[in-house]
Formats: sequence, structure tokens, C-alpha cells
Amino acid sequence: MIAHTGLVFGRWMRASYRQPALIAFTLVQPAIWLLLFGQLFQGVVRLPGFGDSSYIAFLTPGIVMMTALMTSGWSGTSFVQDMERGVMDRMLASPVSRGGLMAGQLLSNATTTLIQTILVFAIGIAAGARYDGGIFGYLVTIVASMLVGTAFGSLSNAVALLTRQQEALIGISQFVSLPLTFMSSIMIDPTVAPHWVNVAARFNPVDWATIAARQSLAAAPDWSSVSRHCLYLLAFTLIVGWLSTRAFRTYQRSV
Amino acid sequence: MATYAVEAVDLVKTYPAGRKNPPLRALDGLTVSVGEGVVLGLLGPNGAGKSTTVKILTTLSRADSGSALVAGYDVNRSPDRVRRSIGYVPQKSSSDPMATGLENLVLSGRIFGLSRQESLQRARELLDRFGLTEHGDRPVKTYSGGMQRKLDVALGLVHRPKVLFLDEPTTGLDPEARADLWNEVVRLSGQEGLTVLLTTHYLEEADRLAGQLAIVDHGRIVAEGTPEALKASLRGDSVHVELVDPDTDGTVRALLGQLPGIGEIVVEGNTLRARVDRGATAVPAVLGALEDKAIPVVAVTVSRPSLDDVYLQHTGRSFRVAEEAA
Repeated sequence: MIAHTGLVFGRWMRASYRQPALIAFTLVQPAIWLLLFGQLFQGVVRLPGFGDSSYIAFLTPGIVMMTALMTSGWSGTSFVQDMERGVMDRMLASPVSRGGLMAGQLLSNATTTLIQTILVFAIGIAAGARYDGGIFGYLVTIVASMLVGTAFGSLSNAVALLTRQQEALIGISQFVSLPLTFMSSIMIDPTVAPHWVNVAARFNPVDWATIAARQSLAAAPDWSSVSRHCLYLLAFTLIVGWLSTRAFRTYQRSV
Repeated sequence: MATYAVEAVDLVKTYPAGRKNPPLRALDGLTVSVGEGVVLGLLGPNGAGKSTTVKILTTLSRADSGSALVAGYDVNRSPDRVRRSIGYVPQKSSSDPMATGLENLVLSGRIFGLSRQESLQRARELLDRFGLTEHGDRPVKTYSGGMQRKLDVALGLVHRPKVLFLDEPTTGLDPEARADLWNEVVRLSGQEGLTVLLTTHYLEEADRLAGQLAIVDHGRIVAEGTPEALKASLRGDSVHVELVDPDTDGTVRALLGQLPGIGEIVVEGNTLRARVDRGATAVPAVLGALEDKAIPVVAVTVSRPSLDDVYLQHTGRSFRVAEEAA
């Protein structure tokens, strides 16, 4: 499985660097979000609950997670293209490991997330965000964003295998990712959000990642909260990863 | 005892009903076997069950019931061993358009466990064999349809399979590319003991490529044998009458039925086909009878039995009509 994961990963990485326009788009988009939302919601720091932090410093880890979520929603489109051609069928009639077929693609998706995360931080810091958490805080944020990317990438791949349609996949992914973005602390501190949003956020994996990132970047992180939320996130990623690999069977039943 | 590379017995496959479609019984007790080194053509109209058969034999899909051995392995019990022994060229192009021809072949070799070096060597060998060497470093999306199809076949051969499945290898190709691919498949057969199972809905292709034929209709095999034997099993010649007006009331059918040495009359719209003992004597008799009743005729042709006649005899409809119905 590991060898096959590497081979499949290589295939997708090669395909992405041959699409420079797509690379540019995946990098420009989070930059725009960060600067746009940063300007738009500048005033919220004057609300109680934000303390004396700058909004851009608050927002940057949130935009990291939002970017990981939004980009990964598209992950399954590559599977749909493979199914529209005969690539998926040829692969599934070969001894390729199903886990490797899934993991290789997700790893290339996580690599995109990694690059985006670094870029969002670079812009955030250039715009004035400062963090006291040090290198470990950045590492936690990077790992958390890659887990978000992998979890929602596997969901997207699973939806692709079940629906086999580009339109259905994009529709479902938009339908899911917007509420996940807004029912979280990505843009606004939970203390100023309505109670029901906080309740919903408690079950939102994107919010777990955002909390873990913000805490680990803080001057005095609450490590128990960081590790608890990272653990939830890891468990969620493993479960949906396993489920999405099972979706190959469902696809094979329908061909 | 003859050894078979493929032995499928009583395959049944029903696709469940969708929102718009009723449940579809794609295979209805299909039994077929292919001897080692043989090129078997599964011939039938669209929707006859050819692709479903191939999907089951390549482990992509599972039959509801029935059993199948491919290269000696059970498709249900040892799918992984089957997968290692076969090459599968799906109906749709199966190469990655973003990768080059060489990269496609190398990746496939490595998935089958060849080392980087072996894969590269084998990939170059196949590019050369299919006349693609000079295009090997170009992304597949820049290839013509014929070149993509050749690469598809090459992808199926990377790991030197025992059995190669070609699902509609030339559908959608222009006549020149089709003839080109036919030459490749002819060259393949008989090499390294390779067994080939190909599906086609082109009678000409089946006649040209297959050493053995199995005619599929409604999910079952209705006739089997070499193309020659199948044609020889038909007695006499085939007469084809094209009328000006369709024979809606059956007058022409009744009229010709009275003539001696003529049988198996089938009418489809303006055309009427019949089987006769001797073409040379039947044509004047047919023309005479039609002229007596002043029935206008466009053309009468006589021919040696073709696969179309074989098809007609076993399914009760001509291949063209079956295709249109599908």
C-alpha cells in the first residue's frame, strides 16, 4: 500500500504542477479571503471578547482552515475525471491497493494545503499579525490544516465515487462547506456569537482545527485543549478516510 | 483436456432500478469459454451484455450468480490473482491525459510491481511496438483518438498479461485508425500465448480479428464457433430484396414463400431477406414472381452468407435493427 500510495501521489503532484493556472488560483484565492475579510471585519475587535489582539492576527489561522476546507471540497473532481475516462476502471481492475489509490490522492491534496497554509501565514504576518506561540504553534497549525484538508478531501472523493457527477459533487461540497465556515470561530470570537452557533461549532471539525491552531499560537497555550481538539480531528480524519476507501466498493457495485 | 484461459458459467447480473430506469437484467445465464491463445470475439449490439461480461471477468464488477475462472483463478475468490494475470482496456480511453505516454506506461508497470528500470524499459519497448516512440514525451491530451487507443492497448500489455480484455477497441475511431489498430491486434494474437477476449458491435471487426466468435443477445450467448463454421452452418446463399414500398400487408412475403428452394424470409421495412439453395437460380425466379404482380423493386442482391446472416438466424433480427433498438 505504501508503494502504491507513493506512485499515486507522484501522478497527482505531476498533474498539478502541469496546471500553473490552477496553482495560481489556489494561491490567490486564500490571499483574497484573508485581505477581504480582514478589512471587512476590522471593527469586530472593538467588541468585547477580543481583548487587545489585532483582527488580522485572529483571522489568519481561521482563514488557513477555511482555505483547507474549501480547496479540499474540489478534491473529488479528479476522481470524477478518472471515472469519466476509463482510468478509474483500469486502476480498479489492476492490483493497485484501494487504500493507496485514496491516500496518494489525499497526500497530494494535503501538499496543496501545506503550501496554502504557509502562504496565508506569510500574508497575515506581512499585514501585521504577530504570534507569541513560536515555531511549535506554527507546526500545530500546519498539521491541523493538513488534517482538515485530508478529512474533507476524503469526503469529497467519497461523494465523487458515489455520485460520479461533477455538478452533484460541487453542489454538495458548497452546501456543506459554507455552514461549516460560518458555524465556527473562524471569523468571530465565540463570546460574541449566538449560543446556538457555539453549540454547532462544538461538533464542527473545522472549528476544532481553528481552536487548536489559535491556542497553540497564543502566548500561553492551553495544551490540554490543543491536544484534545487535535485528537478529535485525527479520529475524524481516520474515520472518513476509511469510509471513503469503502466507497470504491459502492462504485464497483454500480458499474 | 483443453485448457481454457477464461471459463464463465451461467453468469447472471441485474442492475437495480434507478429513479428513471427499471431494473435491468444485463446477463441472463451467460456461459462462455476461451481456449488459451485464442482470440475470442463477443459480438452483439449495444446493450447485449458484452461490457458487463468483461467487467465481471476483470473483477471490476461482480455477478449476482454464476462462476468464472480467468487464467485459472476464481474472479470472486482470488480477484487479486486475476488482476495480476489480465490486461484490461476499457471502452473509454484509460490513459491519464495530463501525463505523457511514457509516464502512463511506467506508472502502470510500477503498479504491477515492476522496478523503475524494468518499467521504463518495458514502456519504451511498447511505445516502439505501437509506433508511438516519437510521441512518448508528449502529454496524452495532445494525442489523436487513434494514438490514444493504441496507448490504451499498450497500457493493458505492460505487465505481460496472460489474458487481454479489449472492450470495443475501435469504437469512435475513423476508418484509417481502425484499420491500423486491427493490424496491431492481429499482430498480438498468437504472441506469447496471449489470449484475447474482445467485444465489438462491428461485424466486420469480428470477422477480421476473431478466431472464435460468440454472439451475444439479451445477456446470453446464442451462437458460438469460428466465423467460417458459423457461416457454413447456414445453408445456401442469402438473397436481399430492396422494395420501393414496405411490405406492410405481407403480400410479398406470401408470394415469395411459395417459390421452391426459398426459406427463412424476414421482412424489415423496405428490405426482405431470404435464404435460398442456389442464388443463381433463385434471383430470376424472385424477380419473375415480383414482376408478375407488378411489385416495384429497387435492387436484388445475392451473397454468400455473412456474419450478419448468422446473426439474423440466431436472433431473428438483423444486426442493424438490433443496433437501432438498443
